[in-house]
Amino acid sequence: MALKTPMPNDTKSTDRIEKRIVLRAPRTRVWRAITNAAEFGTWFRVKLEGAFTEGRPIRGRMAIPDYEHLTLEMLIERIDPERYFSYRWHPYAVDPAADYSAEPTTLVEFTLEETDGGTAVTIVESGFDRIPLARQAEAFRMNDKGWDGQINHLARYVA
Amino acid sequence: MTRGGMGRSTTSRGMSRNRSAAALQLPDAVPLFAALGDATRLRLLGRLSAGGALSITRLSEGTGVTRQAITRHLHALGDVGLVRHARRGRERVWDLNRERLDRAKRYLDQIAAQWDDAAERLRAFVEDQE
Repeated sequence: MALKTPMPNDTKSTDRIEKRIVLRAPRTRVWRAITNAAEFGTWFRVKLEGAFTEGRPIRGRMAIPDYEHLTLEMLIERIDPERYFSYRWHPYAVDPAADYSAEPTTLVEFTLEETDGGTAVTIVESGFDRIPLARQAEAFRMNDKGWDGQINHLARYVA
Repeated sequence: MTRGGMGRSTTSRGMSRNRSAAALQLPDAVPLFAALGDATRLRLLGRLSAGGALSITRLSEGTGVTRQAITRHLHALGDVGLVRHARRGRERVWDLNRERLDRAKRYLDQIAAQWDDAAERLRAFVEDQE
């Protein structure tokens, strides 16, 4: 076996997720859906208390079936009107008994651009390389569809 | 960073449970998970990840865990293919099996799938109101 082989530089694939979608709606409309906390909560499925304000945390209860017992907290970083919105949070924080506060967060960024007939939204979540392996393993345990459907077995044997 | 997060309360115990004996009868992914579900083993992986191949003596340093226990944990990780050992001169050294560890990266696939769902809900939300 090869010892001391340097790890290939694949930070890009393991550290971040990037999605780009084109929505058939004006940029103003999309911007409001993303940065008005009540509207964000409607499609993201979280009941947030208050408004998004730069530098301020906002909390809410998840509104996804089976996840209603979870509290979500977002720390709003930047609101650049109609163009860019970012916040930090704890990804996949699905264990209500765990204290995630001392753990690294990921950064979520929404970038809006006008396109033909609509608005392009790019969503980037980054910083996963700093998330502890234990949390990553936990995500497998918690997710019904994780690891090729083996999670039901996992729940029986490991949980 | 502020306090809080999605969870609250005090401790996280779930990961320290060890049911590898039962898990070994299960398909491939499950024993891998069980092997990861121990704080000492996770720390060993962390050391190996940062330091390349290391001897048991080096891996025991500063852990407060005996060499015997470290050896046992390394074998548990070796059984599921997460680490491998080789000779370096007169000593035996342990190293990560990175291909195996990459499976843990499927974590990202799950989160990516959740973003796919969220993005489609955002689409329905803004396009339905047109």
